[in-house]
Amino acid sequence: MLYRDSGQFKSTYEDDRAIFPIAQDRYAMLALLAVAFVAVPILGNDYWLRSIFTPFLIYSLAAIGLNILTGYAGQVSLGAGGFMAVGAFSVYNLLVRVPEINFILALVFGGLVAAAVGALFGIPSLRIKGLYLMVATLAAQFFIEWSFTKFPWFTNYAPSGVISATPIDMFGWKVEESWERYVLALAVVTAMALVAKNLVRGSIGRSWMAIRDMDVAAEIIGIQPMQTKLLAFAVSSFYCGVAGALWAYLYLGTVEPVAFGINTSFQILFMIIIGGLGSILGSFLGAGFIILLPIFINIAGTGLGLNLSTAFISHMEFIIFGSLIILFLIVEPHGLARLWQIAKEKLRLWPFPY
Amino acid sequence: MQSSRKAIGETLLKVENVTLSFGAVKAIQDVSFEIRRHEILAIIGPNGAGKTSMLNVINGAYHPQHGIITFKGQPRHDMDKHEAAAMGIARTFQNVALFKGMSTLDNILTGRNLKMKRGLFAQMLYFGPALDEEVEHRRKVEDIIDFLEINAIRKTPVGRLPYGLQKRVELGRALAAEPDLLLLDEPMAGMNVEEKEDMCRFILDVNEEFGTTIALIEHDMGVVMDISDRVVVLDYGRKIAEGTPNEVRRNQTVIDAYLGVSH
Repeated sequence: MLYRDSGQFKSTYEDDRAIFPIAQDRYAMLALLAVAFVAVPILGNDYWLRSIFTPFLIYSLAAIGLNILTGYAGQVSLGAGGFMAVGAFSVYNLLVRVPEINFILALVFGGLVAAAVGALFGIPSLRIKGLYLMVATLAAQFFIEWSFTKFPWFTNYAPSGVISATPIDMFGWKVEESWERYVLALAVVTAMALVAKNLVRGSIGRSWMAIRDMDVAAEIIGIQPMQTKLLAFAVSSFYCGVAGALWAYLYLGTVEPVAFGINTSFQILFMIIIGGLGSILGSFLGAGFIILLPIFINIAGTGLGLNLSTAFISHMEFIIFGSLIILFLIVEPHGLARLWQIAKEKLRLWPFPY
Repeated sequence: MQSSRKAIGETLLKVENVTLSFGAVKAIQDVSFEIRRHEILAIIGPNGAGKTSMLNVINGAYHPQHGIITFKGQPRHDMDKHEAAAMGIARTFQNVALFKGMSTLDNILTGRNLKMKRGLFAQMLYFGPALDEEVEHRRKVEDIIDFLEINAIRKTPVGRLPYGLQKRVELGRALAAEPDLLLLDEPMAGMNVEEKEDMCRFILDVNEEFGTTIALIEHDMGVVMDISDRVVVLDYGRKIAEGTPNEVRRNQTVIDAYLGVSH
């Protein structure tokens, strides 16, 4: 009843192209941002901010990155973890060698390095597709992980091969407290999600989707597959790189290359499959789902008064996880984002069906 | 009847002695013909005659072994897909080749991608030059949507549309590039009579209002005879006849190719 778009007339094409053409959506989004920026840091406790909200935001960013490549441009990739590692290690190396540089600039640098590496490993996509491309990106994942372990220069000759994040100092703002880390992550993620949305609704996004849906026809129209695919790889890896750097600096603190292993890549791939391929909102929903599900299972287990061993709980997680992924693939291949969309469509007519 | 009303101009595209083979299979053998400005040229022939291969040669999907293709006065050995698009050749496909996950509007807008010049950074900001450009192209696309009478399905993902409408959207996508030469590969295949009539009307209107030159492949002889100015007949990769519909209709070689000859 409250969610209605009647009476909201769009008189310009600018209005029609807005991200939230319906006014209620705009207000809801503003409210959500206000809650996220103000209420959560004030009300949230240390555990929630540090262990749930911050990793959720960072995973969302990585998921947006992979979604650009896999969901929009249709290039399946298992290299997301590797590109995150590239971002984290380049930011670390830059900050160790040039400590006075601003953290945001270092993030951009980390993203750019990841973008270059991503474009390099995207070259096989010009000749191979689908599963075979997935294997090629798997090679990227292993190669990157291996080179960070093999060459001590990357870890600044740390004896254990582990890097420790240097303290972040931005214009005198020392990001130490967990709410400060959360706000920084939130600001970066909000800005980058907006940029991603802008890209995918413009002509670049259309050329990505054209390559995804029908590459022969896209070429006939004049879209160049090489440029388009490599751009998708570069932009996607930029997002993953920034996410990796945030993961190292705002969440983990100390990082070894294994932290960005093949499991991370799989996890991010599951996020976009569950959340929704080709949807920015879906990246957030998928990340939230994957972060919250283990916690939920945990709470549910103890809440039921069952005395479960930790091993049992972690095994249950795998079982529930696996079955949910299969369920999603069968029932709703477009993921949570599509469910959300259907719910909104229904809500527009509710409670009167006409 | 039609040729009397519109002025058919000079040669727009000329194909000379084109030969295309895949291994031992000769798809096109030594075919020459020309397409003149503002005309509707039909390419007909029995199955496997090399009609689609010919279109693929013209827009650069296939590279012929021999021959010269002259487009807008520039002779070349073969075309490149991207260059062909940039020079003003657009086409539709025999089996609809739309971007299924995108809306009608986005599909047609993608047809204008070559004309959209704003770079990565402008698009990241969205507001400013990129938005101005989007709106400018949106206006043009809305004209095409009006013209093809597909306003109601503007926001529908094309994968959900019925076949006839998909064909129409595909025509719209080709038109969005404002081509000089439009190649239509069986635009009426699998349609019922009404849909065929609609499609004929659109093709004739495009030809008359925008002055677009059209080369089309079609199996429905009634349609071919009605709308085309000239007809080229291919059989087993060779050109067996060329001329006005009436000339071709009476050509004994063409009749033999379609009906067979008793030996």
